[in-house]
Amino acid sequence: MSDVLAMGGYGNYVWISCALFLFVLLLDAIAPLLRRRQLLTRLRGQFRRQQGRRNTP
Amino acid sequence: MNFLTLWFHKMGSPPTFYRVAGHLLPWLYVVTLALGAWGMYDGLFQAPADYQQGDSYRIMFVHVPCAWMSLFAYGFMALNGFIALVWRIKLSEVLAMASAPVGAAFTFITLVTGSLWGKPMWGTWWTWDARLTSELVLLFLYLGVLGLYNAIEDKRQAARAAAFLALIGVVNVPIVHFSVQWWNTLHQGSTVRLFGPSHIDASMLTPLLLMAAATHLYFFASLLARSRVALIELESGKDWVRQLVQSSASNAGEIFEERGNV
Repeated sequence: MSDVLAMGGYGNYVWISCALFLFVLLLDAIAPLLRRRQLLTRLRGQFRRQQGRRNTP
Repeated sequence: MNFLTLWFHKMGSPPTFYRVAGHLLPWLYVVTLALGAWGMYDGLFQAPADYQQGDSYRIMFVHVPCAWMSLFAYGFMALNGFIALVWRIKLSEVLAMASAPVGAAFTFITLVTGSLWGKPMWGTWWTWDARLTSELVLLFLYLGVLGLYNAIEDKRQAARAAAFLALIGVVNVPIVHFSVQWWNTLHQGSTVRLFGPSHIDASMLTPLLLMAAATHLYFFASLLARSRVALIELESGKDWVRQLVQSSASNAGEIFEERGNV
């Protein structure tokens, strides 16, 4: 097992590369989810305010 | 209208695109993860070590697919930018701008993993070789497109300006691709060819192609996810967004609702 992890002495280079690949793509996948949540919260407030304005004479 | 034109018209309409993309996304993520896991396992543990580079060559299984995607995403962005500029199709503007961040991410991964591969094999983290330099220029082009898009308030105008910049930058794509042939570079030439035999053993080609498929699918998943958010923002005055926001309030946003009323 440790032989496989050592990657013939290149373990650090190989594993850091893979970790970076996964990490950057994970951030890329999360970014639109967060943005969507922020946007929906903002729009919800905006629509409610508009609704309120319409309801008061 | 024939079937194809009709299909384009339908898909070009934001609410339809939003809905269809929403149905596709989970499947894209699942298949991406499955192919990626298979490719990574195959590449890291099953494929034999290289006779010259030992195990360090395994960086290839993330480096090369990302490098392909950095060019593919740029081509996709430029193509949609062209359509957006010529025919003023809103969805094309959105698609062009949504491919910029994921393209930049792939370019960044390519540069850093390349550096991590270069250190043990060439003895240096970085060198101003034609392939490396043109790939760095590609990253700056992506960042330029993103910066320009975010700098302009009116998002439709911003998308057109950024699409124009993307179109100018497209000259860099063949330069990146052919740099290893046009100049005498430290970076090795291509071993995988679309036309003609590849100079790579099948045991190494299989995981590479699996990773290539996974990164392509990931690109489209990220593209659709970003486009959907961009469409909500762009169309926030429209009825379909109003309905969407209201229905999301009833199931997901209850905690926020409570807090908002206090």
